[in-house]
Amino acid sequence: MIKEIVIKAEGLTKRFGDFIAVNKISFNVEKGEIFGFLGANGAGKTTAMRMLCGLSIPSSGKAAVAGFDVYKQTENIKQNIGYMSQKFSLYEDLTVKENIRFYAGIYGMGRASAKEKMNNLLVQLKMSNEENNLVKSLPLGWKQKLAFSVAILHQPKIVFLDEPTGGVDPVTRREFWNLIYDAAEKGITVFVTTHYMDEAEYCNRVSIMVDGVIEALDTPSNLKKNYKAASMDEVFLQLARGAKRSSD
Amino acid sequence: MKQFIIFVKKEFYHIFRDRKSLLIIFLMPIVQIILFGFALTNEIKNSNIAVLDNSKDEATVKIIQRLDASRYFEVNTYLHSQADIENIFKSGKVRMVVVFPPNFYQSLLHSNKAQIQLLADASDPNTATTITQYATNIINDYQQELNGQTNIPYQIQPQLRMLYNPQLKGTYNFVPGVMTMILVLIAAMMTSVAIVREKEINTMEVILVSPLKPLLFIVSKAIPYIFLSLVNLITILIVSVSILDVPVNGNLFLLMAESLLFIITSVSLGLMISNFTKTQQEAQMFSLMSLLLPTLLLGGFMFPIESMPWPLQAVSNIVPSKWFYLIVKDVMIKGLGFSQVWKESLVLVAMSLVLLFISFKKFKTRLA
Repeated sequence: MIKEIVIKAEGLTKRFGDFIAVNKISFNVEKGEIFGFLGANGAGKTTAMRMLCGLSIPSSGKAAVAGFDVYKQTENIKQNIGYMSQKFSLYEDLTVKENIRFYAGIYGMGRASAKEKMNNLLVQLKMSNEENNLVKSLPLGWKQKLAFSVAILHQPKIVFLDEPTGGVDPVTRREFWNLIYDAAEKGITVFVTTHYMDEAEYCNRVSIMVDGVIEALDTPSNLKKNYKAASMDEVFLQLARGAKRSSD
Repeated sequence: MKQFIIFVKKEFYHIFRDRKSLLIIFLMPIVQIILFGFALTNEIKNSNIAVLDNSKDEATVKIIQRLDASRYFEVNTYLHSQADIENIFKSGKVRMVVVFPPNFYQSLLHSNKAQIQLLADASDPNTATTITQYATNIINDYQQELNGQTNIPYQIQPQLRMLYNPQLKGTYNFVPGVMTMILVLIAAMMTSVAIVREKEINTMEVILVSPLKPLLFIVSKAIPYIFLSLVNLITILIVSVSILDVPVNGNLFLLMAESLLFIITSVSLGLMISNFTKTQQEAQMFSLMSLLLPTLLLGGFMFPIESMPWPLQAVSNIVPSKWFYLIVKDVMIKGLGFSQVWKESLVLVAMSLVLLFISFKKFKTRLA
């Protein structure tokens, strides 16, 4: 069975002056896949992701997201993706309900469908009792789960998650990944950057970026086999040892 | 449209949840206008004066009474000789001495001419000029009254008349000034802070990734603050008319329309500022520095622009506040119509268009 390719990058490059943040990366992501994008801080993950989301124009190379060109069709791309940023991005001074309504609104969802979606979501997150509370009163883990659910509320083809679980405890991280699995089962392709190696194990395929270059790309089990490592952690350490850049 | 409504609604949530800022926004105009209107006026009230009355007749007594009765003067000392004058100035007890020559009323009746000497302490020249003017006006008033009583004019004198503001009320000057200042500050600062906040709390990224159009984003950010500024404008007008007795002499709708235009200019300034600042604090500081100072210094209501050196006069032309101040003075105080202020209005329209164009062009739909 031939899988549909939803993200296609070929020699994608981003330069900032002399600095090459992302250096000729190429990969394909299939529909419904959970694609892990790993790398140390400063390896170029976020820059690469921003190019795919239309937040940053590539310096060279080709890429298509949901079949649309990242240079010319960013508006079409925006209609088809969800995005959750590294830093928390809901409005703290708005209630849970108002945040959901707002994001549903800017994606052009009607009142009725937004309401239905919101109710389902609140039940799924077990947050029905919190719907009228301000987001700032929620624990971080809940906020992250809410942010993710909001990012996929409009049922995008692809959701981009930029280090979604930073600062969250292991139990909540596990719960968060359950949400990701649910989304993937519904056919949403998940593109996730992380530097937690245990999370890499949850992905269908993983790419490891070092100094702006993709050093390895395979399923977690194949990577471990190829690098004769017991865990993804070891794989990563072997690859990242030679890294020259250390932080953003 | 749906996107627009939901966005504007969200902005209002932000505004109404932030009680402290809300309080500042709504109280600031009232406090400032009252402060400027009463406390910080350039009007000089209750100046102590001394009188050296060498005539002591009907006319001099009346004039002294009138001076004393006015809110500008308190006659607190009666002098007896020319020599006392210098002493009392040196003691610093009075700002002005009024000297009547002997036979004041007599000469007024017979030769239709009389002189009064006004001696002012000009170590503070502005005060001296102002209070002598107050005194001259009061004396002229009296003289006019005398003239009205008979058919033969006692005296034909060049008259000093203070047009539009006969009592030289400082509030006439300050209300348009404070109005200008508050509108530009609130509209520009709030707008810039509101946009920069989205950058700071990172929601900007999410909005940029969403299909929301930049123009829609900018307009929905601006609308709530235009609305708030209009509320402020109405507050200021109510306070000025009811508490400070500064009337709206011109067409109220013209005044509102011109103010709306200025609010739009200010909001455009705010948009512009938000383009090159990254944090709320930065935006706030920048707004204060780049708007408050020029408005105060070059807006024309604190310091007359005509007496500035030409480079400053030239610079004042790019300060939108200067133009709005002229419009408000013309419309509100002088009661002039649109035909008198269309040039200034055109300048504001042009400024708004340029600012909006630049902000829109500069608005980063991308992060890097």
